[in-house]
Amino acid sequence: MTDLAISPARNQNRTSKIVLRWILYLILGIFVIFYLMPLFVMVSTSLKSLEEIRTGDLVSLPREVTFDAWITAWSSACTGIRCEGVRPFFWNSVMIAVPAVLISTLIGALNGYVVAQWRFRGANLFFAAMLFGCFIPFQVVLLPMARLLGLMGIAGTIPGLIFVHVIYGLGFTTLFFRNYYVSIPSELTKAAKIDGAGFLRIFWSIFLPLSLPIIVVTVIWQFTQIWNDFLFGVSFSQAGTQPITVALNNIVNSTTGVKEYNVDMATAIIAALPTLLVYVIAGKYFIRGLTAGSVKG
Amino acid sequence: MTKWLEHHLPKLVLAPSFIAVLIFVYGFIAWTAWVSLTRSRLLPKYDIHGFIQYDRLFASLRWDVAMNNLFLFGTLFIVISMVLGLILAILLDQNIRTEGAIRTIYLYPMALSMIVTGTAWKWILNPGLGIEATVRGWGFENFKFDWLVNPDMAIYTIVIAAIWQSSGFVMALFLAGLRSVDTEIIRAAQVDGIPTWRVYTAIIIPSMAPIFLSAFIVLSHLAIKSFDLVIALTGGGPGFASDLPATYMYAMAFSRGDIGQAASSAMIMMAVVFTIVVPYLYSELRVKND
Repeated sequence: MTDLAISPARNQNRTSKIVLRWILYLILGIFVIFYLMPLFVMVSTSLKSLEEIRTGDLVSLPREVTFDAWITAWSSACTGIRCEGVRPFFWNSVMIAVPAVLISTLIGALNGYVVAQWRFRGANLFFAAMLFGCFIPFQVVLLPMARLLGLMGIAGTIPGLIFVHVIYGLGFTTLFFRNYYVSIPSELTKAAKIDGAGFLRIFWSIFLPLSLPIIVVTVIWQFTQIWNDFLFGVSFSQAGTQPITVALNNIVNSTTGVKEYNVDMATAIIAALPTLLVYVIAGKYFIRGLTAGSVKG
Repeated sequence: MTKWLEHHLPKLVLAPSFIAVLIFVYGFIAWTAWVSLTRSRLLPKYDIHGFIQYDRLFASLRWDVAMNNLFLFGTLFIVISMVLGLILAILLDQNIRTEGAIRTIYLYPMALSMIVTGTAWKWILNPGLGIEATVRGWGFENFKFDWLVNPDMAIYTIVIAAIWQSSGFVMALFLAGLRSVDTEIIRAAQVDGIPTWRVYTAIIIPSMAPIFLSAFIVLSHLAIKSFDLVIALTGGGPGFASDLPATYMYAMAFSRGDIGQAASSAMIMMAVVFTIVVPYLYSELRVKND
């Protein structure tokens, strides 16, 4: 029964363990504050009046909560000369992102299915060529794309932006589906072929029903990429077709009138909300998309 | 006919994407490379004049600043994000009860647009009303934190915001790596009385070498492409003190109307990515084909 007489050494060991544990939680807590601080500052600034922003400090809670800045941001903030708020640009982003996500995911699924299951000579070369396209800095295609969109007559339009996002999203969507389908045994395809099922039939009734997780991962990845895009948005849009990231940047940098920091912050939160929501609801799939291809195995 | 179709259907399905990649990736790179060898200004010209654009580029002070900034920003961003990510991953791997919630908080910045991140940090770092004013308000009258408007320090504000955005992602990568290390070996080491820090430095961290490589590739890629964050945070300023190659290229292409310079700077960016990514892709594809 040595348990009853706890030795001093063991007791000390235990205290040091508890102290270590507290230090551990303290450090983790400090970083929680570090990561949350900007979000907190954004939200609290957006709920303050300009008067309070000028006199109060950054990290204080609003003394008087007001939603005026949010209303201004949504419906009357100025981007350059137009003062319609961020609403039309929010819908621009939706109208760009939804078709671009759906089309690039569908094509990626078919491509991945072919590369993984219907190997033919050159399929690997195709895949390598495509993969490389994921990594190019887009600056290198900006100039010719601007000219091509002009020649096609869709420069500065929403269909033009959808087109660009589909083209440069294909590398990643193909990669995601290919890596997923490669783990499905090829005997399945062979057996189905013997039973007389064709290329599309096998895809439709065998592969697609198995694909829900990878579809979610791909859709989330593409949606985040396209919603958060700025480079294509600022290069290939014009006054009425800008996505929300471009509008946000214009509102923040517009030099006319009084600088309304609360409106800037409300706009930024509106711009961040869709992807943030996706992250909160489906974080697991978001992380899987991020790490796909960067962690081996 | 239907038999022929059925036989060739897989290739026909791939064909449009294949053609698209050929034109919009490789064809466009070739176009940019070609134009970078001409005297193009406001409009592209197609007679080759050798490397005059590159001579102009390397003689340009602004480009020099942009490249130095890329080196400084890239190094600090990659090293600090990796160190921070590794430390956080190891701390989180100690059976923390609220691990799920903490992980979610560390990683959420990755879901935000760089423009949103830039806007938030621009406000926080605003000398008149941000941290500087707040700390002064607490009684430290001489506190100075004006990096955002200080030409020598502006690039470091981009480092701070970029680390805030991406370090959680590196943490997630490392955490996944820590979890995949063989627990048998760790237990055996613990039974032998090897101290925990030695277990980490001698066994666990070396076995995560591939993850260090992946994190390095992803982060360096992010660093070279950084454009939105600079635009939103400093606009490349004050002056062009915080320009990066990406913002230089954009300024030449769309506000200065100097297509030759835009093309040649894009090609240099491409070359930098190439030297980092191609060996990596090559080794990845080779391993997977074996």
